[in-house]
Amino acid sequence: MNKKGLFKYKNFSVLSLLFLTACIENAPMDSLSPAGPYARQIDELFWLTFWIAVAVFFLVMGVLIFSVYYFRDMPGKPEPKQIHGNNVLELMWTIIPVLILAAIAVPTVRTIFDLAKEPEDALKIQVIGHQWWFEYKYPEYGITTANVMVIPKDTPVRLEMWSNDVLHNYWVPKLNGKRYLVPGQKTYLNLQADAAEEFWAQCGEYCGLSHSKMRGRVLSLTQEDFEKWINNEKLNAKNDLSEVSLASEGKQVYLNAGCTQCHVINGVWDVQGDRIAPNLTHFASRNVFAGASLKNNKENLTKWLTNPPEVKPGTFMPNLELTEKEIEALIVYLGTLK
Amino acid sequence: MTKIIEPDKRTNIFRRPSSEYGFWSWVTTVDHKKIGIMYGYAAFFFLLVGGLEALILRIQLAQPDSSFLSAAEYNAMFTMHGTTMVFLAIMPISAAFFNYLLPLQIGARDVAFPRLNALSFWLWVAGGLFLYSTFIFGTAGAPEGGYLAEEVGWLGNAPSGGWFGYQPNAGFKYSPGTAMDYWAIGLQILGISSLVSAFNFIVTILNMRTKGMRLMRMPVFTWMTFAVAFLLAFSLPIIAIALFYVTFDRQFGTSFFLTEGGGDPILWQHLFWLFGHPEVYILILPAFGIVSEILPTFSRKPLFGYAAIVFAGFGIAFVGFGVWAHHMFASAISPVAQAGFGLSTMVIAVPTGVKIFNWLGTIWGGKLNLKTPMLFALGFIGMFVIGGLSGVTHSIVPADTQQTDTYYIVAHFHYVLFGGALFGIFGGLYYWFPKVWGKMYNETLGQIHFWLMTIGMNLTFGPMHWLGLQGQVRRTWVYAEETNLGFWNLIVTIGAFILGLSIIVFMANWIYSKRKGEKAPFDPWDARTIEWTIPSPTPVWNFSKAPDIKSLDDFWHAKYDEDEEGRAVRKDTADALLLELEEEGLNPKEVIELPNPSYFPIILAFGLPFLGYAVIYRSISLALAGIVLLLVGSFGWAIEPLEEEFSMKEEEE
Amino acid sequence: MSSGHEYPHESTGVETRKLGMWVFLSTEVLFFGTLITTFLLFKGRNFPGIKLTDVYDIPFTSISSFILLMSSLTMVLAHNALENEDQEKTRVWLLATAMLGAIFLAGQIYEFTEFYHKGFELSTNIFSSTFYVLTGFHGLHVFIGVVFLIALWAIGQRQQGLSLDRGIILNS
Repeated sequence: MNKKGLFKYKNFSVLSLLFLTACIENAPMDSLSPAGPYARQIDELFWLTFWIAVAVFFLVMGVLIFSVYYFRDMPGKPEPKQIHGNNVLELMWTIIPVLILAAIAVPTVRTIFDLAKEPEDALKIQVIGHQWWFEYKYPEYGITTANVMVIPKDTPVRLEMWSNDVLHNYWVPKLNGKRYLVPGQKTYLNLQADAAEEFWAQCGEYCGLSHSKMRGRVLSLTQEDFEKWINNEKLNAKNDLSEVSLASEGKQVYLNAGCTQCHVINGVWDVQGDRIAPNLTHFASRNVFAGASLKNNKENLTKWLTNPPEVKPGTFMPNLELTEKEIEALIVYLGTLK
Repeated sequence: MTKIIEPDKRTNIFRRPSSEYGFWSWVTTVDHKKIGIMYGYAAFFFLLVGGLEALILRIQLAQPDSSFLSAAEYNAMFTMHGTTMVFLAIMPISAAFFNYLLPLQIGARDVAFPRLNALSFWLWVAGGLFLYSTFIFGTAGAPEGGYLAEEVGWLGNAPSGGWFGYQPNAGFKYSPGTAMDYWAIGLQILGISSLVSAFNFIVTILNMRTKGMRLMRMPVFTWMTFAVAFLLAFSLPIIAIALFYVTFDRQFGTSFFLTEGGGDPILWQHLFWLFGHPEVYILILPAFGIVSEILPTFSRKPLFGYAAIVFAGFGIAFVGFGVWAHHMFASAISPVAQAGFGLSTMVIAVPTGVKIFNWLGTIWGGKLNLKTPMLFALGFIGMFVIGGLSGVTHSIVPADTQQTDTYYIVAHFHYVLFGGALFGIFGGLYYWFPKVWGKMYNETLGQIHFWLMTIGMNLTFGPMHWLGLQGQVRRTWVYAEETNLGFWNLIVTIGAFILGLSIIVFMANWIYSKRKGEKAPFDPWDARTIEWTIPSPTPVWNFSKAPDIKSLDDFWHAKYDEDEEGRAVRKDTADALLLELEEEGLNPKEVIELPNPSYFPIILAFGLPFLGYAVIYRSISLALAGIVLLLVGSFGWAIEPLEEEFSMKEEEE
Repeated sequence: MSSGHEYPHESTGVETRKLGMWVFLSTEVLFFGTLITTFLLFKGRNFPGIKLTDVYDIPFTSISSFILLMSSLTMVLAHNALENEDQEKTRVWLLATAMLGAIFLAGQIYEFTEFYHKGFELSTNIFSSTFYVLTGFHGLHVFIGVVFLIALWAIGQRQQGLSLDRGIILNS
């Protein structure tokens, strides 16, 4: 019996140790490393609650483990007193939790409304969810892009979001919590980054076969760099590709393979069919593609163009049955879309 | 020894079946104990299936970018894991306990409507088989217009909309094929099964209590059964309608949830969670009840704050209908709704805390007998507190927008469902093992099971807390290497296999002890409630004569007095009383009429799957077959003789 | 069912099967409550296609509703007759209730056929979907009721008739 009491203690300390050493280093999707004011507000609220929860945990576990050890049956122990309850205790352990919760409730409600408010002079970006990629539109500038959302640092951004098909959600853990993208309705989310760096985003709402490949990037730039980016985005794609070998062949492959059915390249082709795919005008300026699940390099592009459904099951881009040479040329062409 | 009397052979076409033993006695039984045992075994089987599904998921997730499963297979596995565990494992195992124990705890012979009870069980079997027949008949595929590199294998021909079936993803456009119809219709049948049980238990508790068994003298487990029955009765109709809407959208062209026709996908979320939140209290309240029985017995003192625990249970059930949108904090609801539901979610933490503190008060100052049931009850408190506290962090709405749809939530609900509900259930299985089988389980194996399970559970679900907060999204088939989530995912997988091992230990103990266990003494745990005043295994007639209850914990007070300090003192008459009870219990002095078995519940029950297949495959003949079964079942039931006339062949030995 | 005569049958004093029926009815409140809530939710919204207001016929619907309400009256009369142990009157009123219910259903089928011809179908728009499902489930309940009433009438033809507290008398 002696052993059992101590044994329980051992399990408990293992648990605590595990917990203390737990934090993962350098997790790009870490919600515990806020990098902007909204995420920081949430973070403060979370840690406040967390430490209260830890205190309650130690209290309860402490009483539990102590009781198991101290009150365990041992030879010669008398029968226990048959106590039925204690009204004072009942009152206390009802009222004290109510007070603690009320104390946390106040900043919680305040933060809810704070985070929902539309910030003044915010940059408006529209986020449209598709199976399985994010489309971004900048209404002030008339720009459409995909997978990488570029924002200026230290500036509030107001996301107006909806979905083109099923429920999705948009989550940039270092900048704010997540919000659903709903077909037929608009939802809103605020973002603001302190520094110029790249953040990871992901769709958190189960949306079908390639849900786990529906990711994103938020690139925060200095005001100067942001303006450069905007100006570049406004430009159409180059039509004259003579100086780059294979590029013209690639452009022909693009046309023959039917890419214009779904993809837009500004100034060259408008979309022909009624399915919307990522706008490829500045494809080469983005460091990720395929729902931001792959790095934009030759190897990955080859894998993707060989058989898209193998990379993203259920994708609306079919296997185009391209030859190796065709793929090589196409990749060169895509590389000119800076 | 009184022989169980045989009914006369009659020439009536609706003669009731009469087997007492063998296969047919189980198929036609209306005896709550047999039904409870059948529920128990069938549910445990599905627990194993659900566990296997979990292990398959964990193998896939043990490493980043794994290709052990295809996306279609993964999505089917997590959908079936959740659906199986909720509807085919935990709910029916709880039903097993309710069925077996409820009449015994209130001093009744059976439930109010024994044939209805059998109907519940067979409907549940029909629903479970129907749902799982998706692996044989169901089809699934890419959304309309999408492409797959390879055909969906049999493992992927299953519902893949998640156990929560969010629309429009679970609609026909994005989940073509028949698999999701198996889900919607299967769940519909299962819902009817539980609804029918709910009526039965409510009426049983209100009307079938023995003399002197006032409501405030009932054991806490009975009270929790009562609360669960109300939760079922009021939440199941809502999901029934919602599932009809899903089936109509998929099959008959309506657009309740489809934006193209003016519908609203958020409506599904509201309807589902209006059911879904009470559902999770349905899952945990039985364990609350079981633990409230085990702790006093193994501490040798009364439950601390009996009234508080009863009222807190009902408080939780009642407020449980007012928190549903906390599953939707990141969805399209207004900040006002977020604040309102955040507050109501905080409110529900209070009665839960009250219960935990009262349980601690029960063991404090007691004389703790640390046998396996008690270990599980104590483990329950520890694990449930962790799950409950992480639940409180979810009520902090802005923080929840970071937590929702991540593994942090998965950690929360597995702590409360595994560490809570399942630990409570295992505690109960060990506690009442002697009552059901008349044998003792092996204590050493029980302890090994407990420790392996505790270690396994914490290793599996503990790391999920930080995996979630640090970026692992739910329902992810693969995760990228650069997210740095690989190490802890591997630990989680190892933990899951340890859990599997602990279940094997449990099964070995069960099988061995049923055959070769020591014969259980009359009152093995020196217990407090009246189910222990009858012999083990329970005689088919339960009580030889209706007990007359004088107080809460009537049995304890029959054995123990209190001295001036309030300590328990065993009465001199206690041992004689036990002998007398055993003798009386085995030899009823009067003729006891028991509810007769019947064919009609099972006939009626199997009409529904036919209707289900008829809807999916548009088959008139299947529909007719189903309707015929329903009609024969209902009319036969209504008209069959209530009691066979027996000839009294009482033999005394 | 019998569970030993020494057992107090009804701790609440309400007959067990009556209590069961009340519990069942309370769940029906939620069943129809959900249907009605959906109806109200979608009522104000804009949607394409024909509206109910374009096709309905208030006088006709009022008459069929009145007929259904009258069936409540005949049911009470049936119950009354059984209390007075008049088996024949009981059967007459049961049949009348079933007939009124059947007439209501016939009216509903006629109405829905008219709506269908005018273009107001199940899948026309969200409002029509909600309307048909709500009234459809109601009709299904009426249908089941009619079937049970006719069954009771038929079973009541036996020599032992019907009983007030047990309904069908088994074990002649």
